[in-house]
Amino acid sequence: MNAHGKAFRYGDNVDTDVIIPARYLNTSDAKELASHCMEDIDKEFVNKVEEGDIMVANKNFGCGSSREHAPLAIKTAGISCVIASSFARIFYRNSINIGLPILECPEAVEGIKAGDVVDIDFATGRICNETTGVCFQSEPFPPFIQEMIANDGLVNYLKKEIAQ
Amino acid sequence: MSMSMSQKILAHHANVDSVRSGQLIMADLDLVLGNDITSPVAINQFKKFGVTEVFDKSKVAIVPDHFAPNKDIKAATQCKMIRDFARDKEIENYFEIGKMGIEHALLPEQGLVNSGDLIIGADSHTCTYGALGAFSTGVGSTDMAGAMATGKAWFKVPQAMKFHLTGSLQKWVSGKDVILHIIGMIGVDGALYKSMEYSGPGVASLSIDDRFTICNMAIEAGAKNGIFPVDQVALDYLKEHNMKTPVIVEADEDAEYEEVFEIDLSTIRPTVAFPHLPDNTRTIDEVGKVKVDQVVIGSCTNGHISDLRVAAEILKGKKVAPGIRALVFPATQQIYLDAMEEGLLKIFVEAGVAVSTPTCGPCLGGHMGILAENERAIATTNRNFVGRMGHPGSEVYLASPAVAAASALTGYITNPETVKENE
Repeated sequence: MNAHGKAFRYGDNVDTDVIIPARYLNTSDAKELASHCMEDIDKEFVNKVEEGDIMVANKNFGCGSSREHAPLAIKTAGISCVIASSFARIFYRNSINIGLPILECPEAVEGIKAGDVVDIDFATGRICNETTGVCFQSEPFPPFIQEMIANDGLVNYLKKEIAQ
Repeated sequence: MSMSMSQKILAHHANVDSVRSGQLIMADLDLVLGNDITSPVAINQFKKFGVTEVFDKSKVAIVPDHFAPNKDIKAATQCKMIRDFARDKEIENYFEIGKMGIEHALLPEQGLVNSGDLIIGADSHTCTYGALGAFSTGVGSTDMAGAMATGKAWFKVPQAMKFHLTGSLQKWVSGKDVILHIIGMIGVDGALYKSMEYSGPGVASLSIDDRFTICNMAIEAGAKNGIFPVDQVALDYLKEHNMKTPVIVEADEDAEYEEVFEIDLSTIRPTVAFPHLPDNTRTIDEVGKVKVDQVVIGSCTNGHISDLRVAAEILKGKKVAPGIRALVFPATQQIYLDAMEEGLLKIFVEAGVAVSTPTCGPCLGGHMGILAENERAIATTNRNFVGRMGHPGSEVYLASPAVAAASALTGYITNPETVKENE
């Protein structure tokens, strides 16, 4: 499984309130949530994002509330992978549970600028910046997490478990 | 193998003798929580599992508290969805408006939390119940759905950090100042993925409400959970609220801590977190002149009866400064009733404070006190992110009920020590 697209670049401590402000949480409709994704810090994001693009940020990405609406908005907006120096733990869990691949890789974060085209191989954890030609190695997901992401999240994964 | 308190609780619930940090486990849950924001997403996921019942009707709690009482038609639709689900699945712990409270004050009060329990909630402040010696942590909606279906959740066993407390708090200093001080010290990711375990002779001097506040904001340091030892203060609370026999779990003497912090409670000053992160803290002595438009006292962090008592002590016989909007949110109906019987609500109303029914309301910029552009609030809530209480161009300063109440009297962020001195 691969991801390929241009990078959107953000800083430290991007919190769930800016990923999807609480004023829009009176719905759980993924498309509506996606239409407001990042708007409090980057009004142009929803206009510029294309299917497959990558989000790259510094440390503690997704801190704050437990709202699954945050990774859901990012995924539905078209983002195929988030790379950060570190992730807040509930966001990390939620992303995997809904099948949004996320990778911790401080070196890649350093080496990717806004607009760079990035290719990611989830099986190996290899992140390549095609614009600069530099590649980075992240810790690949353990097989059960890869399976969860391939199954679009925890629900399908657990369904199989329950069926057993 | 020696374990921290959190690790021991996880081991018990995974039915193994011991666990080590980093280990992935599947564990049995004592309680699964959701609210009106997170439960609709969870219910949609739950339906996909193809199961018809929740794993245990007595071990699921659903609380409409965020955009409730219904703030608009969409919120009403979400609240109806969770109400219908609770009725259909015969969930015993659904709390309708009138009985509802802010979830993290309500669940302990209703006796749904026991020491030694393993609890997950689709709300980040689920970590609050560590005050009673439970392992509790926030998760997302899909985890909630999986837990409702199976009664289980997967965990990565956290490393622990130890906060060794000595001394006792000065007058007008509270649990809020302790946790803001700690977050200021270690940063908003200072405890990322870890347990914050409290110990030491200073613990005994902290009220249960102080402990709820301290554990509540563990997530603001990135932690998985915060937890206090089960001492007489905790046992007294459990006895008053809970029919279950307390389970006392203690950390091993030689448990491994990634870091140990010594904190003398007597040296902690009233502390304020400036925008836009909870770790952007200053002591009240370093604040300077900061004008505010709104004062919010309440939330899962600071809507307990002792919080309201402190605020009332400062506001008694005085008036909110002209042009300032002050709002108080008792966290539960019981706290509301207690505040009424103690005469606190009368003090608030006579001071010019609006008193609300329990709701998360303004804390997350939902309703009941939203800020306009360039407006500024001092709030006893837990987050001061960009746009947290309303317009992206507004600001939230986090503080204790004492500092918030003192600020209501002057219109500026104010040291409660100075208000009393001026009497």
